[in-house]
Amino acid sequence: MKKRFLAIVPATVLATGLMLLSGISQAADDGGLATLRGAPVSAAEKSPTGDGLKKALETAPVDRNFDDQPPLVSHAVDEYPITKDFNKCMDCHSEANYKKEKATKVGSSHYKDATGKTLKVVSSRRYFCVQCHVPQVDAKPLVGNTFTGPK
Amino acid sequence: MMDTDHPDNASTPAPAQKMKRRRRREKKRLVSVSVVAAFVLGILFLIIFNTVLDQTYTEEFCISCHEMKDNVYKEYQYSAHFTSRSGVRPTCKDCHLPEKGFSKILRKIEAANDVWHNLIGSIDTPEKFEEKRAVLAQREWQRMKTSDSQGCRSCHDPKSFDFSKQGYRSVQQHEDGLLSKGQTCIDCHKGIAHRLPRINQKINQADPPGISEEIFRPEVVKKEESSAK
Repeated sequence: MKKRFLAIVPATVLATGLMLLSGISQAADDGGLATLRGAPVSAAEKSPTGDGLKKALETAPVDRNFDDQPPLVSHAVDEYPITKDFNKCMDCHSEANYKKEKATKVGSSHYKDATGKTLKVVSSRRYFCVQCHVPQVDAKPLVGNTFTGPK
Repeated sequence: MMDTDHPDNASTPAPAQKMKRRRRREKKRLVSVSVVAAFVLGILFLIIFNTVLDQTYTEEFCISCHEMKDNVYKEYQYSAHFTSRSGVRPTCKDCHLPEKGFSKILRKIEAANDVWHNLIGSIDTPEKFEEKRAVLAQREWQRMKTSDSQGCRSCHDPKSFDFSKQGYRSVQQHEDGLLSKGQTCIDCHKGIAHRLPRINQKINQADPPGISEEIFRPEVVKKEESSAK
């Protein structure tokens, strides 16, 4: 009985040691991948606080970064419904209301259907505004880059 | 009173007069007892009436029928009036029931109509509800407009607006519409706690028309051009 117990102890120690070792070696093994973010790829990522992303910048519209970029939204859009019954964006940005609301008119490209034919109403493939237009926020690039935009 | 034998005039009253006096005293007592009883009963009735009526103002009561629970209550759960940073939560009655006594009772009597429609099942499925949504919504918009958005104003007081904390668009709209043109909250703030019915925004041709923009965003004729600006 005692002998048996004495045998179990070193076996357990050995097994635990092996498991720890394999774990460490796994963490260190990035498969030769380099990373731009400064931390190893396999390292747990530090969650961003997201503070800058919580509030839309209600300032003048931020310039576009490249040609044909959908312009950013210069206000918060929380709780603005875009449903089959009502599109809150179009409440101000539609052809009929943009002047009254001093808003930007929906672009003419939005009246073209998939075949390029111009429609009288906004094309349904452009109906979900926030698929392309997002509120501008104070978001710094995660990785530095040399992109300069249109020039 | 046509009593010629006033009890004070007679020093030694006759037995007949004595009886008369006693009867009168009994009558008097009966009157006072019944007045007190009526008073007490009245108070009791009011307490019971109010307690029962108060029960019908609670959210639990409102969503005890599935017409409310499965439709408008679910939508309300996605709104800022259900969860917010500071946790202030108005419930059904805060927006949909007048605060003051008489109009409150009147609204309650009107709402008895809902019991009937619950029985005949007018809006007992989401599909039926959707079909009636335009009618129901417009009725409520009209009620809020008539009361100058009293429900909103019990919490949101324009006198306490801090314009420096509002976005510039809000400031513009509030100064222009609410303060100068005499618009009321519901004129612009529709569908903030429940889903909107279909609005005809003239942006899609294939679909059924829905409520016109004239009703959805009413133009208000300027009361007077405000010179102080």
